[in-house]
Amino acid sequence: MNDMRTVERTVDEQSLKIAAKNVQVHYGDTHAIKDVNLDIPDKTVTAFIGPSGCGKSTFLRCLNRMNDTIDICRVQGEILLDGENIYDPKVDPVQLRAKVGMVFQKPNPFPKSIYDNVAYGPRIHGLANNKAELDEIVEKSLRRGAIWNEVKDRLDAPGTGLSGGQQQRLCIARAVATEPEVLLMDEPCSALDPIATAQVEELIDELRARFSVVIVTHSMQQAARVSQKTAFFHLGHIVEVGETNQIFTNPEDPRTESYITGRIG
Amino acid sequence: MTDLNTVFAHEPRVKTSLLTQDEHTKKRNAAERRFKSYGIAAVLIGVFFLFVLGFSIIRSGLPAFSNVVIGVELTLSQEEFDASEKELFKTKAYQSLFNAAVEKTVVEKGISVEFDNAAIERIMGKTGGTIRSHYRDTQSDLGKSVTFELPVASRVDGYMNGRVTRDTLQDSRFLKLSDLDLVDGLVEAGVIRNAFNWNFLTGADTGVDNPGGAGFGASVVGSAFMMLVVLCLSLPIGVAASIYLEEFAPRNKYTDLIEVNISNLAAVPSIVFGILGLAVFIQFMHLPQSAPLVGGLVLTLMTLPTIIISTRASLKAVPPSIRDAALGVGASKMQAVFHHVLPLAMPGILTGTILGLAQALGETAPLLLIGMVGFVARGYPDGFIAGFTEANSAMPAQIYTWAARADASFYEKAWGGIIILLIFLLTMNIIAIILRRRFERRW
Repeated sequence: MNDMRTVERTVDEQSLKIAAKNVQVHYGDTHAIKDVNLDIPDKTVTAFIGPSGCGKSTFLRCLNRMNDTIDICRVQGEILLDGENIYDPKVDPVQLRAKVGMVFQKPNPFPKSIYDNVAYGPRIHGLANNKAELDEIVEKSLRRGAIWNEVKDRLDAPGTGLSGGQQQRLCIARAVATEPEVLLMDEPCSALDPIATAQVEELIDELRARFSVVIVTHSMQQAARVSQKTAFFHLGHIVEVGETNQIFTNPEDPRTESYITGRIG
Repeated sequence: MTDLNTVFAHEPRVKTSLLTQDEHTKKRNAAERRFKSYGIAAVLIGVFFLFVLGFSIIRSGLPAFSNVVIGVELTLSQEEFDASEKELFKTKAYQSLFNAAVEKTVVEKGISVEFDNAAIERIMGKTGGTIRSHYRDTQSDLGKSVTFELPVASRVDGYMNGRVTRDTLQDSRFLKLSDLDLVDGLVEAGVIRNAFNWNFLTGADTGVDNPGGAGFGASVVGSAFMMLVVLCLSLPIGVAASIYLEEFAPRNKYTDLIEVNISNLAAVPSIVFGILGLAVFIQFMHLPQSAPLVGGLVLTLMTLPTIIISTRASLKAVPPSIRDAALGVGASKMQAVFHHVLPLAMPGILTGTILGLAQALGETAPLLLIGMVGFVARGYPDGFIAGFTEANSAMPAQIYTWAARADASFYEKAWGGIIILLIFLLTMNIIAIILRRRFERRW
């Protein structure tokens, strides 16, 4: 991982995957997300950066309606996934989450075997008709999670027994096993050491070929390394969105520049 | 920076050594040592009382497991049987046949003590009924020599166990001083001896005049049926209620109200549940009185709050990241709960359930009100269904009944019953530990 690699940053003419329009989020009396408009293209890594408490994780959790589990959280506005509003009353959040997978800040494998961790999603969605197909999905997902070679001999071992970096890659494998279209990552490397971080970042870059990846990160270097598009959040607003290259080298807004150069945040 | 310089400039630093403790450290260490010794003292006092309790229970209860029996050989012919069955007072006829057998034994053993039939009856109690029912049940024994081992009368039992001495005994219609000579002779000849009291483990309660025949078995069965009712009702209801409240119910003032009331219910005195059971299950729903079914229902009401509280606590203890993980791969809320949260909460749920059951097993007060005390455990229920509906006692209620009776040997039985009850509770707790280990191993 050569630092601050900003080559190949140009985004090709790509289809739009997610479009957020005038999104407002309230936590009780707190107005957490204000008027956010954002387009997320397909087959691209989009990074959300910004100081703590600026709403980037909240917005990320809106994209697969994980905020529904919080009673006091209200979401207004439209978020379109392939042109369909995911907050439409007819949308079942469970069906949505099968399309929009998520990887969390802390690796959270199920306290089951490595195999069962990956096989759980395909099982509940009925993606495999028999054991052989399921085996195939598990192997494919673990390969995509770049962890197959490390665990292929101990698929029956508990997923919680792996190292932190391996656990996070297992969680990524679990998330891709259900063939989602979008992969949301909420600070996936914040609990990992630099070597594990490098492995996960490399993996994210590879996942771009198949999924639209949205990643929240506190590390500017990480955003620069893995993403093609970057959105800078500040106090619930999106201050600036653009190609990562441009945001890091030539930000338009003075607040973005201050944050990137370390003066606020 | 300049500020700091002016503040610190003229303060000389006091040199201290790490090798000597200063006053403050000494004080703190002394406080810690004192606290540790209080703790050790508390543990020792607890262990001491536990030891005293265990010792006194075992010392007082062990005699209940042995009883003084008199072994007499009797050969009853078919003719004698038929003749006795024709008598008006049938048991009396058997009684005299048995008395004759005792006399024969005394002569055979060469005991030279004057006695009469009344003395035999004072020593043995009335035995005619037992003899009659034995031969009526097993007629094949007719004409054969059968050794009867019958418990002696309560006062003779007391004489053997030291409760009654020659000095304290006054001649009465129950036992005369002269009878003791015969008893001594029979003991020497080995006719009267101590034996393990199987009847105590397997038998049923007897009337107040026959402590020797009283057994605990029927009330153990009564308790077992009650626990079956409690387990089958309180576990599913309690777990379902807590899963709904913890995982699905919205947080509003209604659920808050329910929550507060569940906590309050756990603290309601058990006798209140008893009177509720009497009013609702017996007087209103007309379920049979004194039945383990009603006892089980009342104890279910009592156990439910305990199970709900412990289940909710163990559901709460499951890290939310597991729920997030399950929802994140597209599981529905119910799948997340049943596939991931519930298995992780299982050890806690089981522990809570078994603790609730153990509490219910030892509960007496509500059983007093629904009529499970007194002379109700007359025998075993006939069959499985009858086990729920027929009048029976329960272990603690039986102990209470015995403790309330006048005869000192019932007091002994009560202690013996406590030993069996404690063994039951210990077994349940061990099962709880084993189950918890087993489920925890599934990480």
